[in-house]
Amino acid sequence: MTRQTEPTQQTATPTRGVAGPRRRAILHPRLRGGLFGLAGLALLALVWELYKTLGPADGVILGGITVLPRTTDLAMPHLAVMAVRLFEPVTGAASALPLWQAVLAGALFTLGIAAVGWLVGVTVGLALALLMQRFRLAESAILPWIILSQTVPLIAIAPLVRRWGAQIQFGEFTWESWMSVALIASYLAFFPVSIGALRGLSSPDANHVDLMHCYAVGWWKTLWRLRLPASVGYLLPALRLAAVSAVVGSVVAEVSIGLRGGIGRLIVEYAGAAGGDPGKPWAPIFGSILVGLVAAGFVGLIGLFLRRFRRGEISL
Amino acid sequence: MTDSKPAFTSIPAVNVRGVSRVFSARKGAGVTALEDVSLTVAPGEFVSLIGPSGCGKSTLLRLIADLDAPTSGSIEVFGKPARQARIDQDYGIAFQQAGLLPWRTVAGNIELPLELHGLGKAARRRRAAELIALVGLSDFARHYPDQLSGGMQQRVAIARSLAESPSLLLMDEPFGALDEMTRERMQNELVRICAETQAAVVFVTHSIPEAVFLSNRVVVMSPRPGRIRSIVDVSLGDMAGRGEDLREDEGFFRALSQVRDLLHGDEASGAGTRPAGARGVETR
Repeated sequence: MTRQTEPTQQTATPTRGVAGPRRRAILHPRLRGGLFGLAGLALLALVWELYKTLGPADGVILGGITVLPRTTDLAMPHLAVMAVRLFEPVTGAASALPLWQAVLAGALFTLGIAAVGWLVGVTVGLALALLMQRFRLAESAILPWIILSQTVPLIAIAPLVRRWGAQIQFGEFTWESWMSVALIASYLAFFPVSIGALRGLSSPDANHVDLMHCYAVGWWKTLWRLRLPASVGYLLPALRLAAVSAVVGSVVAEVSIGLRGGIGRLIVEYAGAAGGDPGKPWAPIFGSILVGLVAAGFVGLIGLFLRRFRRGEISL
Repeated sequence: MTDSKPAFTSIPAVNVRGVSRVFSARKGAGVTALEDVSLTVAPGEFVSLIGPSGCGKSTLLRLIADLDAPTSGSIEVFGKPARQARIDQDYGIAFQQAGLLPWRTVAGNIELPLELHGLGKAARRRRAAELIALVGLSDFARHYPDQLSGGMQQRVAIARSLAESPSLLLMDEPFGALDEMTRERMQNELVRICAETQAAVVFVTHSIPEAVFLSNRVVVMSPRPGRIRSIVDVSLGDMAGRGEDLREDEGFFRALSQVRDLLHGDEASGAGTRPAGARGVETR
């Protein structure tokens, strides 16, 4: 339950901030949203600790199926254990970094790859949307493939991408593994952008399109003055979704390609330690959440700069 | 069906000759929106198109604006084909919905056509300020459309349609969505603006008083297929002399009942016996 309410709280706040029905809110709607988000997080922590204290050690089993997890220290470490573990060294070796530093380095590495993937995905997604908006034929030809593309599991394409990439080499340029990861991230990221941008570009009223026709301006000017500004309200949620998808794509692709240095790799590596060191696997998980938050926050920042184009935004 | 006025020596602002428009249907014969319509609008003349829904008045306006092409017949605007006139920006247009861009201020919206056609920034500013003053919104130049009332938005749309000083204004029920009081005020303003700009106007409406108050001539249309039934010469004097007191004028009521009789002619033959100038006539 709480797992679900927390993210919806967060995604719902911006729209609620724009068209808030309650005018007499004491707090700024954005701030209120933030507080609710934190409250959701606290609730999640509370549920975790409560269940750990009260739940049976072997978990709740109904008809031979485990419905709720075991509550042993190994399966469900205390939140405090996870937190404390962050400040201890990664391994027993004398030169080992504190865990949080290693995770942060991995998070930055993954964030960089995800950013490249996001940029590529946004570019491709926008280009496809423009093509589909411009030519009706392109829309009917491409759109089904775009949707179909997302049904292919990542695990299936990761080795393919790596193998093809390994064959690319011209001059100084050689394909590196991180590029494969970024490419897979972009494969996830382009989808929401192309769909959102297409909807946004087609969103102007017939009235506005007629007006542009009366002004005898061509497609490019109509695009720049009318369609692009009108699409901002659709584009921003798509960009945020793309950012989060790029992060997820990077983490998963790191694992399936076996790229070292990122958060995906750390998740796999530290999972092996769960037996003796239950706090450790949680650190890279928090790291990946952090990457996702930073990515979504970055898009939120873009939205701040484009506020003018979101006036009179009715619904998304 | 031809122009009842003495022919002007200059080229007519709008010259519609034998125009038909058939919207083809997937099955069957399609819908005839306009059938053999001919109409001439002189420069500086205010002509209203009135008729019940489906009589093709908006279609006719869209044809003149080259937003749609006639199935047969020809349309000339200032002696040029409608398409060329559109490309040359010979007309300004206003729709029922103000159609302002929500991300542009009042001034920005009025500047839009100027900007699109490459006018310099300083000239744009100056022209926008003039027009904003003309429609009485000087205090709102920096406001966004969502901060304005419906009437104010429509005034901005009219100012925008005047931006490039067109000699022809095409208006498709621009006051249709406004309340009655705002509407009469806007009509008074439009009369004033027309007197100042000397532009010819083709004005689509379904309000009889509005058509009579504003126009030199009222074109009464009938539906299915859209045809011109008759053209009423209102002759209530020139634009500059039209004021609020015209609404109480004898000639105003006479023209009013004449147009109403023409509109209702097909359903009630006794329509002409209704008392002229009765309150509560069809106003929309």
